[in-house]
Amino acid sequence: MHDLIQYIESYLSSDRTPGAAGNFFWAFVYILLVFLGLSVAVIAMNWLERKILAHMQVRLGPMRVGPHGLLQPIADAIKLLLKEDIIPAEADATIFWIAPFIVVLAAFTVFVVVPFGPTHAITDMNIGILFMLGVSSLSVLGVVMAGWASNSHYPLIGALRSSAQMVSYEVAMGLAVVSAIMMTSLNAEGQGTLSMIGIVQAQQEQGIWFIFKFFPLGVIAFVIFAIAMVAETNRAPFDLPEAESELTAGFHTEYSGFRWSLFFLAEYSAMIAVSSIAVTLWLGGWLRPFPNALTGDTWNLVFSLVPGATFLFLAAMCFYSTVRMPKHPLFRIQTIGLAGFGVVLALIGLVMFLPLVRERVQDIFWFSAKVAGFMYLYIWYRGTFPRYRFDQLMKVGWKVLLPTGLALLIVTAFVEMRTQVWAEVIIPMWLGIVDLLRRIF
Amino acid sequence: MNPPVATPFFFYLLAGIMIVGGIAVITRKNAVHSALALITTLLAQAGLYLMLYAPFVAGVQIILYAGGIMVLFLFVIMLISIERTQKERQFNKQWIVGIAAAATLGVLLIGVYTTTSQGHTLFIEGRMSYAESQNTQSIATLLFDRFGGTYMFAFEIASLLLLVAIIGAVVMAKKRI
Repeated sequence: MHDLIQYIESYLSSDRTPGAAGNFFWAFVYILLVFLGLSVAVIAMNWLERKILAHMQVRLGPMRVGPHGLLQPIADAIKLLLKEDIIPAEADATIFWIAPFIVVLAAFTVFVVVPFGPTHAITDMNIGILFMLGVSSLSVLGVVMAGWASNSHYPLIGALRSSAQMVSYEVAMGLAVVSAIMMTSLNAEGQGTLSMIGIVQAQQEQGIWFIFKFFPLGVIAFVIFAIAMVAETNRAPFDLPEAESELTAGFHTEYSGFRWSLFFLAEYSAMIAVSSIAVTLWLGGWLRPFPNALTGDTWNLVFSLVPGATFLFLAAMCFYSTVRMPKHPLFRIQTIGLAGFGVVLALIGLVMFLPLVRERVQDIFWFSAKVAGFMYLYIWYRGTFPRYRFDQLMKVGWKVLLPTGLALLIVTAFVEMRTQVWAEVIIPMWLGIVDLLRRIF
Repeated sequence: MNPPVATPFFFYLLAGIMIVGGIAVITRKNAVHSALALITTLLAQAGLYLMLYAPFVAGVQIILYAGGIMVLFLFVIMLISIERTQKERQFNKQWIVGIAAAATLGVLLIGVYTTTSQGHTLFIEGRMSYAESQNTQSIATLLFDRFGGTYMFAFEIASLLLLVAIIGAVVMAKKRI
């Protein structure tokens, strides 16, 4: 027993990821934790999206199941699991079965390299960002297989649209990512890196988030990525593969029950995955805001208290709603439930104030908070933008984002190597031209 | 030190998957099934690259082949009428060339593996081993370094070939440019 405690304690003070330490047990624990956290995040996103969209449209959204509809996602999950699983006649049964699993696998596997903190990643790969892009590009295969295997017109059109769209936007996305990777090497001497943890550490060492580096180059790359990632995850306003007003539900029209819920799960975890790429590359990953301007022990303490304070704020919101609940006896259980939820949130917040927990948790908190910002943006886009037409989509991808990305890449390379370019290209060329003119005249 | 992952078991597993996938590519009547079998083969090949401690090549293999080219393959195949291809008898008019090529490859492999009169195989003794953590950087040095960039020219020529192919496709597809 004592050995076990010592083992766990030795790990808690470790400064490496379980993958780097080669520790299978802790890697397994981390995988389970990430999987659990993702599932909770998807459930929360489901509820938040419906609530936020509803409030944007001046509706209430789900209110019946649980206080303020808090239990609605659970009710939905139970409904989906109990639904009949239908396979259309003359569908290609094997491919129809495999397709959702491929999409889910691709969406979840990328989280192996997502750095929630300097030690809070399952593992760190030399090719981290390449791995994320590669594996998430496999999900389009699942979409295409699903659409084709359904043996139905709408899914097939949805699949064709999605494959064209995802292949086009992957190019622009890749260019933006490359220009961020270029920024990891500080001038000619430093070596660049593709590793996700390495990219964040490069931002820490250079003392600047890459969105602000070489202003406005970093911002342009970030904007290109932010547009491409919405198209890549098939979300509004680029949700043509599943445009419900044109194709009923696009590539997953024929899916029902459990298999449909797999597509749902994959969509949301893919959204979280691309958001965490954006956060890692441009927004400083797990680093807290203003690491340079607001330094010193006092500010460190203030920022380390933010996670706990956030949970306490949520708890306070819960208690406020509890007080505002109708006083009718029928609402008694809901009121008690909401108060209980607030108590749980407050307890989590208080635990996060403990110095030991605070130190370990704050990097995870900042990373998740930035990703949550992107999740809100996703909902906001869906609430406010009309859907693009397919030719407009292609035009934006190939005629706007791609040339901008290419130009950006070249300019970033020049700025990055400016001392060399000046010393080895421009000055010799200038001298050569002067020499030539002198000989002629 | 971590235990090595590149054990013979994984090699035989991946090679087996590749062979089964390759056979499925040519025997399936449905073109979509063939394409999916090809994707399996390519993914197993990425695994083989990983076993050679070349993660960058493995990553590029997944992005380009499995994620990019095969999606376009599927895209084109879906536009073909599957009913007609399934009714037609499969035929093969190039079996003589195929057998000749396979036999040549077999002879070549046997020649490489048998020991010569000097008592060693044609393989170089020992193997180059880059640290796994430096693979991407070493590839960049081999390609782009100002002093050691041996393969720069070959790399640029290959990309020029691709450019020619792109221009050709545009010329063939567009009647008026």
